[in-house]
Amino acid sequence: MLEIKNIHAAINGKEILKGIDLTVKAGEIHAIMGPNGSGKSTLSSVLVGHPAFEVTGGEILFEGKDLLEKSPEERSLEGIFLSFQYPVEIPGVSMVNFMRTAINEQRKYRELPPMPAAEFLKLMREKRAIVELDNTLASRSVNEGFSGGEKKRNEIFQMAMLEPKLAILDETDSGLDIDALRIVANGVNTLRTADNATIVITHYQRLLDYIKPDAVHILYQGRIVKTAGPELALELEKRGYDWIKAEMGTA
Amino acid sequence: MQDSDKIINEVTGGDYKYGFVSDIDTETIRKGLSEEVVCAISAKKGEPEWLLEFRLKAYRHWLTLEMPRWAHLTIPPIDYQEIIYYAAPKKREGPKSMDDVDPELLRTFDKLGVPLNERKHLAGMAVDAVVDSVSVKTTRTEELAEKGIIFSSFSEAVLQHPDLVREYLGSVVGYRDNFFAALNSAVFSDGTFAYIPKGVRCPMELGTYFRINAANTGQFERTLIVADDESYVSYLEGCSAPIRDENQLHAAIVEIIAKERAEVKYSTVQNWYPGDKEGKGGIYNFVTKRGLCKGRASKISWTQVETGSAITWKYPSCILAGDDSTGEFYSVAVTNHYQQADTGTKMIHLGKNTKSRIVSKGISAGFSQNSYRGLVKVSPRAEGARNHSQCDSLLLSSTCGAHTFPYADVQNETAIIEHEATTSKISEEQLFYCNQRGISTEEAVGLIVNGYAREVMNKLPMEFAVEAQRLLAVSLEGSVG
Repeated sequence: MLEIKNIHAAINGKEILKGIDLTVKAGEIHAIMGPNGSGKSTLSSVLVGHPAFEVTGGEILFEGKDLLEKSPEERSLEGIFLSFQYPVEIPGVSMVNFMRTAINEQRKYRELPPMPAAEFLKLMREKRAIVELDNTLASRSVNEGFSGGEKKRNEIFQMAMLEPKLAILDETDSGLDIDALRIVANGVNTLRTADNATIVITHYQRLLDYIKPDAVHILYQGRIVKTAGPELALELEKRGYDWIKAEMGTA
Repeated sequence: MQDSDKIINEVTGGDYKYGFVSDIDTETIRKGLSEEVVCAISAKKGEPEWLLEFRLKAYRHWLTLEMPRWAHLTIPPIDYQEIIYYAAPKKREGPKSMDDVDPELLRTFDKLGVPLNERKHLAGMAVDAVVDSVSVKTTRTEELAEKGIIFSSFSEAVLQHPDLVREYLGSVVGYRDNFFAALNSAVFSDGTFAYIPKGVRCPMELGTYFRINAANTGQFERTLIVADDESYVSYLEGCSAPIRDENQLHAAIVEIIAKERAEVKYSTVQNWYPGDKEGKGGIYNFVTKRGLCKGRASKISWTQVETGSAITWKYPSCILAGDDSTGEFYSVAVTNHYQQADTGTKMIHLGKNTKSRIVSKGISAGFSQNSYRGLVKVSPRAEGARNHSQCDSLLLSSTCGAHTFPYADVQNETAIIEHEATTSKISEEQLFYCNQRGISTEEAVGLIVNGYAREVMNKLPMEFAVEAQRLLAVSLEGSVG
């Protein structure tokens, strides 16, 4: 589904990613871990085409198509979803309006007519139940006045609405209490199928107690320095990142 | 990195949908302004002597005035002798029925979305259609007359109801009020008159659609609305003009009188041609609008969505004379490219326990200048006056300007006056968030701007709200930087 080949990326002229290779197949969950500043969020930003980041080398194929030449909205319409680490507030724009616009843009892209209002509202009801958001959601402005946990649940709600092929969860667990973590993880697991894939970017093992990865990658200084099964995350939990740094000879 | 300058340069200019010219047989008088011209306009309309006197007094007063310069606007010199003050689609002989309206005019109004044909009438709305200097058709007048409501062109009202017109004309906006009010009082050619009798709730929206069609002409219309005791009316105003390279002047007066417990809602969707991307052409919209809450517990509410005009100078105001009366002003003013707007309101509290509310939402893009100017005045005898003002500005580019000039003149210590103001910019992060959900930047700007303006848009009657929403998005197409 996704092939990242030797990707290099920079922000403000400073190189952050220094040659990343990663292949994700349908049905898989990949965890990307690593210490602060290793390039985890840069990788997710590059995948969704954030304009602040400049790709300086390499290529990314999504379902065989060149991803880097596509605009951020095209990438979304092709089925890539990012659960933001810091979801932005959009005052005055109600969730119902926002989601209806997003859903109908997606339908337009697939040459379908706009979704009838009743059907849309029913879908919204179903999907918000997955992340246990109540019926005030529709009329609230996008992320405005949401608690940290509500913002993250709202991200997973949007993911449920848009049914992406590839979901990227960028530190979705950060700042969550244990209940919110369980709700978010449960949402992600509910949405999992044999046809979609997930990249979980996280700092800690605890989210991976709920979302079982097929592979764990350690990103350090802009490179993937280690790839293994879920046991790698447990080892990191026990030993921290220092031994990786030591192995790399930089500690 | 998204280069904001580049994006500004990509401004596509949201095509002005109403820029066409209709091929109508038009009768004009020669250009220029003089006592002769004032007399000629009056004669064309077969006006009574007192009205000609009113015009001449206004004209002589106008000669002594200079154009106001206090607004935050750069207005190129206007040569008042180069303007044609009267242009009218040629009338056919015989009674005024649908068959007598030029089919080209009917097609024009169909295109504008305001069908005049009886069979195609907008649901729940009566319309007075004004082209250049005259009213060409007023719909549903008979239906309204059954309730005692007078809804007619201004010219017709002068002939049919001279006493009413004479009593109220100039009673809220006198010809001495300001430069443009004096000019209008001298040369006004048509407009709308509405009278709602005691205790009558007008069963449909009343409205006027103003269309400038002829070149080199100015439009000077007058609207006079009188709501008698315990009556209610909701009034809508729309306008548009062809795309032309030269500027055209529109200087109107709207006067509203609300008597005891009467309520008047006045909504405007102003879509005059704003000029092109380089700021060439467009309408100068210099308008005096004022309502008098004359009776106890009366209420006047102005709602305006301003997207058009090259330059706007307009302050729909309320004089709260009756005790317990209420004035409201809800405004969304959008400026793009090189448009300039200096708009706001005056709330003059004279009566006891009078209330006013101001919500102003300015949206500026491109190289435009957008100013809010407002005055809240509480007179010494206005015990217990209350005002709440909220002025928000949204910036869409780094080359536009947003300004707020709030004035308060409080002469009674029991008054409670509140003022809130915010300035914000649509952030790259908000746009990117929308992009990531599959929403294009254009679409996202529309969504955010409509969300920002929602509080005001909600005040518009349904018939207008949808059109106004679309208009907001179109006026700002490609304007994010």
